[in-house]
Amino acid sequence: MSYLKPKLHHPGLPTNALGLTRFDYDGAVSTLCAGCGHDSISAAIIQACFEIDLPPHRLAKLSGIGCSSKTPTYFVGASHGFNSVHGRMPSVLTGANLANRDLVYLGVSGDGDTASIGLGQFVHAVRRGVNMLYIVENNGVYGLTKGQFSATADQGSKSKRGAVNTDAPIDVVSLALQAGASFVARGFSGDKSQLVPLIKAGLKHRGAAFIDCLSPCVAFNNHAGSTKSFDYVRDHNAALNRLDVMPPRAQITADYAPGEAQDVTLHDGSTVILRKVGAEHPVGDRVAAMNYLQERQAEGEIVTGLIYLDPEADDLHAHLGTVETPLAHLGTGDLCPGSAALEAINASLR
Amino acid sequence: MSQELTRINDFVVKFANVNGSGSASANQLFARSILGMGVPISTRNIFPSNIQGLPTWYEVRVSEAGYLGRRGGVDLMVAMNPQTWDKDVASIDPGGYLLHDSTKPLPPSKFREDITVLGVPLTEIANRAFADPKQRQLFKNIIYLGVLSALLDIERGVIEDLIGKQYKGKDKLIAPNIQALDLGRAYALEHLDCPIGLRVRRADAVGDRIFVEGNDATALGCVYGGATVAAWYPITPSTSVAEAFAKHCNRLRKDKETGRNRFAIVQAEDELAAIGMVIGATWNGARAFTATSGPGISLMQEFLGLAYFAEIPAVIVDVQRGGPSTGMPTRTQQSDLLACAYASHGDTKHVLLIPEDPRECFEFAARALDLADRLQTPVFLMSDLDIGMNHWLCEPLSWDDTRTLDRGKVLTFEELEAGTPFGRYRDVDGDAIPYRVYPGTHPKRGAFFTRGTSKNADAGYSEEGSDYVANVDRLLRKFETARTLVPAPVIRQAARPTRIGAIFYGSTAPAMGEALDVLEAAGIHMDTMRVRAFPFHEDAFRFIAEHDTVFVVEQNRDAQLRTLLVNQGNIDPKRLIPVLHYDGTPITARFIAGEISHRLAASGDVARKELAS
Repeated sequence: MSYLKPKLHHPGLPTNALGLTRFDYDGAVSTLCAGCGHDSISAAIIQACFEIDLPPHRLAKLSGIGCSSKTPTYFVGASHGFNSVHGRMPSVLTGANLANRDLVYLGVSGDGDTASIGLGQFVHAVRRGVNMLYIVENNGVYGLTKGQFSATADQGSKSKRGAVNTDAPIDVVSLALQAGASFVARGFSGDKSQLVPLIKAGLKHRGAAFIDCLSPCVAFNNHAGSTKSFDYVRDHNAALNRLDVMPPRAQITADYAPGEAQDVTLHDGSTVILRKVGAEHPVGDRVAAMNYLQERQAEGEIVTGLIYLDPEADDLHAHLGTVETPLAHLGTGDLCPGSAALEAINASLR
Repeated sequence: MSQELTRINDFVVKFANVNGSGSASANQLFARSILGMGVPISTRNIFPSNIQGLPTWYEVRVSEAGYLGRRGGVDLMVAMNPQTWDKDVASIDPGGYLLHDSTKPLPPSKFREDITVLGVPLTEIANRAFADPKQRQLFKNIIYLGVLSALLDIERGVIEDLIGKQYKGKDKLIAPNIQALDLGRAYALEHLDCPIGLRVRRADAVGDRIFVEGNDATALGCVYGGATVAAWYPITPSTSVAEAFAKHCNRLRKDKETGRNRFAIVQAEDELAAIGMVIGATWNGARAFTATSGPGISLMQEFLGLAYFAEIPAVIVDVQRGGPSTGMPTRTQQSDLLACAYASHGDTKHVLLIPEDPRECFEFAARALDLADRLQTPVFLMSDLDIGMNHWLCEPLSWDDTRTLDRGKVLTFEELEAGTPFGRYRDVDGDAIPYRVYPGTHPKRGAFFTRGTSKNADAGYSEEGSDYVANVDRLLRKFETARTLVPAPVIRQAARPTRIGAIFYGSTAPAMGEALDVLEAAGIHMDTMRVRAFPFHEDAFRFIAEHDTVFVVEQNRDAQLRTLLVNQGNIDPKRLIPVLHYDGTPITARFIAGEISHRLAASGDVARKELAS
């Protein structure tokens, strides 16, 4: 999208706890199509990072290949980004996370990237409990190659050229639940008020957090017959809940009457407040979440909101028993056993 | 009948067994017992890609002279596999010996007249002594070990000590093993003419050398080289690298206070994920490696191109096996050289380090981690099954305690804070190696975007042709810098001036050393060069220029090293004569010496003596 971002901002712009404004979380100018849902997601990421006071340089943003995977360039420019290869972002993110457990990891992928070549890596990163937020910017179509169906396109939906998709879709939310993700949500790029808190909560969650974010492709999948268009998603959105994420020590319980909100405390002490919108849904029950998802899907509804959360989840580092110091920070003295140990090894081999 | 072979501390014993019959332990005890008597040995496992039932062989070469390559031929065959009987009997050198289980008599047609047949009713003895069917099978192997100890004059005490060490902590296994050993010894001493012409005599020729597998040494090199992240996927013959890394890390890399790990090892879902994890880890400042074999290298190609182009360190241990495709998964070759040197699409060139034995596996693994960081590029450790999965006698591993991890050009917080200018792909020092910054280092400076697409010197996305050309030309200059950092070739001058040269590398080394002695005894003198790395050192091209006839000895069909030399040195292909061995078994001294002397004799216009003068 060709527009210029202003460099001058009002001196009275609100700042967060780090003294940064929202614009300090900006990235480069987007080159995506005007109106692309992905840009809305980038904006939501920027808003979320600003609101949780994330030091920009402590974010590592990784992606694969495709429209969605281009977006890390367009947010949090002061962080390190890695645009890897098609569908293989999860392994690169896993390795990065193993090297330095102290950074915050955001994986951005698309439906082509995740549900086709990347299906294996996505599932394995999730099952390992890599501490990350993995966002699929899901538009059901290949934009960069101009309009082919992706593996998440619904059976019977139509392409811009009028072709009908005959293959069954892959539901990445169900997959994430099945694979053991400890935070599973679905958002909609056209519903920022729901999406920003989901991203905030996902970034704060320790373990594999996953958000499938429906993000209509304005160029190739925003027409009648598409089930990933803005209109279709708005019409079929079954919002499960609304979220607020409160930092540690904040007064939260007075805001909502009993029965209307559910609080969940995360590892870092912050609280996720779930305000029920639709049916009562026990967010901590994986089986119920899977059932609910299937039931609503059968009714033609698209469930959005926080679908499942395990606030006690551990991550890959806990499973591997690694030291608290990031492995990347260990020096020669920590790593090299020295010549005396080697002499003992030599002796054992004689 | 030809005359029985009579050799002391210089012979080859081969065991023909059935995979899964528990013979490995007994066979290795045999080998170690000779080592225990101070006599050098080399051992080779020749095994099928199968868990149970197919033929497997274990070859032990005894050589007080210290020849550690495969010699070729068999002096004593322990034939325990009826399936391969004919082939095994046929492989014995004239005058050699055949030890077999005589429980069920065989017709005379199953034997040869020019060998000595030694029959022992092994099954009968085992069945008499042991009731449990599993024990009967296992101890049959120890019984033939006992027979061999009597036949070859191996000291019983040495074997007893080894059994004691092997079953330390499982003491109840010691007594039945000793019992089986003595049953075999007693039978042989009573019924056979012991000792035979092949004998082991105590010597002092082992020195302080160690007996170690290459993969074990590679793993130790990764520990000493500071690798903290290992991501791998099981594949023969590299699996034991990762397993040994885990073993050594668990012993050497635990935090003493917390008991937690200063390492992370992930068995990835496939080779693609394994190399992806390595790249992610090194991008983020850790040292990381993966271990694989040819099929894994094929799968990693795309990521390797990314690492090359985006300049991310990575160490890939390639334990080569017979290819292409599934090829011969449990046999050795040197056939991944080209696939690794030019891995991925587009113009790429990768650094290869080629060890000759476990000691160099150790050294080069640690060095590969340094070089990958220094050069910010993938570095391959080109081992093979012969080195990796066999025990080799080699010099002890050594480490200089003053050595520190060379992390290469990494800007620190302090340097960024002081205003050190940073552009990710700028050639600041003229060596074509740029500076990098680990993610998370500084709040305002040093962040950049890593991508596989073309970029300018400041890591900004660019499709400008001039930016692309500047970048890939710098990568070529970086490869020139690599040439100055990799291990130089080892050049050995013949005893006499000669115009014949031979080039070889990797696990061919011991067989080559012996072949040189054989050829020299026949009046053929050759200078040799052992290549240890790609890019090639300038000395490599000088060596070729200084010799009229240059043989290139390697273990693949297509003369891959020769191709690399021709390509990189712009050498007339006719100047390099390939000597190729690629049946999956380790190359032998007999093969090399035979091929070279044959080629020299056949080249009518270049008389052998003239060449050697």
